Amino acid sequence: MQDDEASRFAAVQADAILREPLDGFEAVYHRSSGLTHLLAEPAPQLLDLLTDTPLTVAEIAGQLEGAYDLVPDGEADIPIAEIVAHRLEELAALGLVLKVAGKGPGR
Amino acid sequence: MRHQCSISVGPARFRIGSAWRAPIEQLRRLYADYPGGACGNDGAADFTVRLEPVSPLRRLFRPSVAIAGDYMLPEAAPLALRHALLAAEMGMNLQMALGWRRHLLLHASAVERDGRAVLMTGQSGSGKSTLSALLGEGGWRFLGDEFVLLDPATGMVHPFPRMISLKNEAIGAMEAIVGDPSRFGPLLADTPKGAIRHLRPAADAIARQGETVRPALLLFPRFGHDRAIRPVGRDEAFVRLTQASTNYVTLGERSFAGLTALIGAVPSLAIDYRSGTEAQQLVEQLFAEQAA
Repeated sequence: MQDDEASRFAAVQADAILREPLDGFEAVYHRSSGLTHLLAEPAPQLLDLLTDTPLTVAEIAGQLEGAYDLVPDGEADIPIAEIVAHRLEELAALGLVLKVAGKGPGR
Repeated sequence: MRHQCSISVGPARFRIGSAWRAPIEQLRRLYADYPGGACGNDGAADFTVRLEPVSPLRRLFRPSVAIAGDYMLPEAAPLALRHALLAAEMGMNLQMALGWRRHLLLHASAVERDGRAVLMTGQSGSGKSTLSALLGEGGWRFLGDEFVLLDPATGMVHPFPRMISLKNEAIGAMEAIVGDPSRFGPLLADTPKGAIRHLRPAADAIARQGETVRPALLLFPRFGHDRAIRPVGRDEAFVRLTQASTNYVTLGERSFAGLTALIGAVPSLAIDYRSGTEAQQLVEQLFAEQAA
């Protein structure tokens, strides 16, 4: 089942996580699991731009590139969208973002 | 149990039971000044610690103390009866580390002056315990050498001024400073942790063990290195304090809120030092600078 390209991501409910920016990273408390996660860039930035409306990886990567001067760290040959997709999948696996498996716009 | 007494340290009350008379008599003497009916047998206790023979015969024959209680470590090695005070200390620590829920428990020492607390945390051997003992004899109120109890709701720390557990070189250093020999327990030689001698905190620390304090400074001391001061980022402080807490996961959201609030409210500094005197000067200097 390869619908990853059509997968979209949205923010979890605002009260599902607690976020605390520290100096070098962000501590995020996930209420339903009781786990604390330490997130490095670009994960906090991804959380910042996600909303209730599910977006595709391409849309999210585009917003990220628009908002930040992105410099891939040691992954110069990897497209930004691919890095963003990996980070979103990781965040979704932790329950920090919602992954909406869809067939494209209009779900 | 054949012999028992109850001890109140800070907000916690322990019932200590023993198959032998001697450990209870030693505890009665050391904890005689503690408030709340110290070493009486009355009242409810938060935790029970039992000093038991490893087998019925071993109560009399090569007596060997197993540490038992509400919370137990199955692999904990028994101790010789002459080290029973250490067994009682380890049993009380274990109950707190595994069972205490009212505060976020930080493996740290603390002292107070002018209503503001200095918290000191580090690994075993960092010198935080000895440093708190030294400061406690030098114009500071001793709050604890082992656990800092942070109330996540208020941000205040509750004293836990248990018997100070002096190890090896710290024993002689404190014997030279503390004039009253009755404040010391017996010398426990050749324990699994080396030589140990317990020191009863100053009377003021015990009398005021119910008075909570607001933290003002968070220090990460390290013994055995040239004098140095280094600011510690909030990220590093957060990680090190979660590692220093025995119940961070258990308290869940209260831990997260309490710890991030603490780190946001007080400066965090790492200090290196080569002697107790140097460390005391560093704490005095940093405390003064922070207050200015």
